[in-house]
Amino acid sequence: MTPLVDVAGLTIRFPRAGAGRALVENVDLRVEAGQCVALVGESGSGKSLTARSLLGLAGHGAEVTARRFLLRGRDARTFAEADWRRLRGTFAGLVLQDALVSLDPLRTIGDEVAEILLTHRLAPSRAAARVKAQETLARVGISDPASRARQYAHQLSGGLRQRALIASAIAGDPPLVIADEPTTALDMTVQAQVLAVLRKRIAQGVGVLLISHDLALVSGIADLVHVIRDGRAVESGSPRDVLGRPRHAYTRQLLAAVPSAHSRGMTLSGPTPGQLMPQPREADYDGEVLSVRGLTKHFARARGETVLTALDDVSFTLHQGEVLGIVGESGSGKSTCAKIVLGLLAPDAGEVRFLGQNWSGVAEVARRARRRAMQYIPQDPLSSFDPRYTVQDIVAENLAGTLAGAAHRRARIAGLLEEVGLDAGYLSRHPPTLSGGQRQRVAIARALASDPALLICDEPVSALDVSVQAQVLDLLAGLQRRLRTAMLFISHDVGVIQHVSDRVLVFHQGRIVDRGDPVALFAEPRHDFTRRLVAALAVLHGQGGRRDGNRHDA
Amino acid sequence: MSDVQHGLTVDALAPTRPTATQRGLRWRPPLSAAVIAALAFVVLLCIAVAAPQSISFYDPLRGNFLQSLQPPSAAHWFGTDRLGRDVLSRVVYGARYSLLIGVSAMLISVAGGVVLGVFAGLRNRFVDEAISRVFDVLSAFPSVLLALLVVVFLGASMVNVAIAIGLSGIPKFGRVVRARARLVREADYVTHAFIYGRTRASVFVRHLLPNVLTAVPVIATLDIGTAILAVSALSFLGLGPQPPTPEWGVMLAESRDVLRVAWWPSVFPGLALTATVIAFTLIGRALQAHFERRAR
Repeated sequence: MTPLVDVAGLTIRFPRAGAGRALVENVDLRVEAGQCVALVGESGSGKSLTARSLLGLAGHGAEVTARRFLLRGRDARTFAEADWRRLRGTFAGLVLQDALVSLDPLRTIGDEVAEILLTHRLAPSRAAARVKAQETLARVGISDPASRARQYAHQLSGGLRQRALIASAIAGDPPLVIADEPTTALDMTVQAQVLAVLRKRIAQGVGVLLISHDLALVSGIADLVHVIRDGRAVESGSPRDVLGRPRHAYTRQLLAAVPSAHSRGMTLSGPTPGQLMPQPREADYDGEVLSVRGLTKHFARARGETVLTALDDVSFTLHQGEVLGIVGESGSGKSTCAKIVLGLLAPDAGEVRFLGQNWSGVAEVARRARRRAMQYIPQDPLSSFDPRYTVQDIVAENLAGTLAGAAHRRARIAGLLEEVGLDAGYLSRHPPTLSGGQRQRVAIARALASDPALLICDEPVSALDVSVQAQVLDLLAGLQRRLRTAMLFISHDVGVIQHVSDRVLVFHQGRIVDRGDPVALFAEPRHDFTRRLVAALAVLHGQGGRRDGNRHDA
Repeated sequence: MSDVQHGLTVDALAPTRPTATQRGLRWRPPLSAAVIAALAFVVLLCIAVAAPQSISFYDPLRGNFLQSLQPPSAAHWFGTDRLGRDVLSRVVYGARYSLLIGVSAMLISVAGGVVLGVFAGLRNRFVDEAISRVFDVLSAFPSVLLALLVVVFLGASMVNVAIAIGLSGIPKFGRVVRARARLVREADYVTHAFIYGRTRASVFVRHLLPNVLTAVPVIATLDIGTAILAVSALSFLGLGPQPPTPEWGVMLAESRDVLRVAWWPSVFPGLALTATVIAFTLIGRALQAHFERRAR
């Protein structure tokens, strides 16, 4: 049988954009029907570009060359734009990461799917296309497709939206589906659902080209993995080989960078990851830093109609030197809780005590003196920096005003930057010119400037690549151990939470549904939701028989 | 998707030699020739404002009746007007009035717009509603009509013309500043400053105001041209500075009667006015492009 994709020596350059360096160089790629091939790499590795070139969408001014470029046996090197257009949708469907952007906001998802059928004349009439679109929505596991088809993308939840996008990609029954980070921004349980839909397509004989930065995710579904770095495939093979016995140093480094229950107390980054953290953690914690009692917060949804309970009777305490992890899906109340602890929102009921004194119930003036002892590390550091400020200004803003002398201040700022692994050359840089990891380091330096007793981190690494995430996690863990700061660490990623926390709270629909030791809690989940999280984790990471059971019943 | 180009080259072994442009070395002038010319013109205007005697040779007010309505010549480059006054000198001295009134009008617009806009953008909904409706009313009148009303009430004078034009420009700045203030108010870095323990006043001065004001220089520059034009229009109508003041609008009005026999007394001040408006517009656009590039 002819392979769907048979490419050898694929090289992509952008000659007009300057830099004659190839962004993709000499990549070989083969996708058979009923097979899932994964391209794994970090952002900027060229994995998306490789996949897009298979649809003739490498971008304006791209120069694509290859020794062999066969799409279902036809030589694509001679294709004109019209040939490509016929190919898209019928030969290959594309699923992108951000469904909200990829779906037309002015069209219902039913029309969106029907559009493809009509464009490629796969349905005789508009009415027939509509019926077929609903069938397609049902095929990707959307219940009640008739009424869902009349909804717009923004009215759907993230998971439904992503499934609608997959529906539009497979509507024309293409033998190949290209999925570019299809689950990246989704909650873990939703990720599992999306993967199940893809698995079902593979079982029905569709070839899937999956692009992801997540090695673990890929291992659960792919038959063949290519690890891409700087536009080159550094390692290829079955997921069992690549993940189990990685040959290339880069693959090993990527694998070591993934945080999990097994990596607790060890470093994730560096030339030799897996080292024990320098200071072992002490088992007993000293004073109580933060205590939260019976926090409740309601939001009126629209004109006081339905009331959304964002937080419902949440209580916990946090001691000096302790890391408390909060894990939950989007909308579970994690961030609302952080906002109340930060004093940016007032709770409807309950109380926050910080450093032994009332915090939530007092006026802002009474909090101000203690503000400096509570610092915050956000998910998106760039937006938390004043756009006019240099790195020096940003860190200086949080320095005590008592520190006299410009030279003295500058030395202190340089010292803080050094602690987070940036040299003094960064002092005069503007944050937009820094990389994501460097920006997060500046945010950490800023937080440390006031010697805080409590650090609140809200998804501090979720926007970063695996290896950068590993560096930032190592940095945070090292600093936390040395300074014995209490840390409230919020994340949707169970692996990250297991890696960093001493204790874990599981949030679900505004309530703490489970709490305990980060390893034991997920080994023997008590609450239904924790069990669902663990199940999703297993599906995502390919444990629990991916070849046999899951593939057909999903 | 129609602009997507997919250049598949069959021969993978034929390397293309990178040219200078491909290596990203193409030299882009930091400023276009037009902007440089505009800047030069504004420098000339500034000299005319500061030291008009250095680029003109005659008294702009004293005429010589024997020399009335002389066409451009070596002695009088721009000719003379009906009263025998040197047109070049009058145009040069006129820059002072036009520019000063135009810039003051712009400053009045900026001051009013920033204060009202910040209040509307930060304060509660009622303040916002009230101020926004004032903007609506102000901008419902054509600006010249509004200025006319003000001048009629306050009397015709240079100061009053500046106030009149300035008032009518307030909504333009006010709306931009209000939108900007609402945006900055919700920005993460403002929230962050509160987390550090900064007071409202300190956040306002350190973060809010500076980031709101970044929007102002561009529209202010663009506005100077418009303001100067409006000032001249009012002067032309006899509502601004009075003859024999060498203001460009006044000169245009004075020379209207002799246009059939002598084009120069009206064309040269007209050209000066046009060139000034174009120069400020060009510089404003260049500033705008500069800030937009930097924001990306």
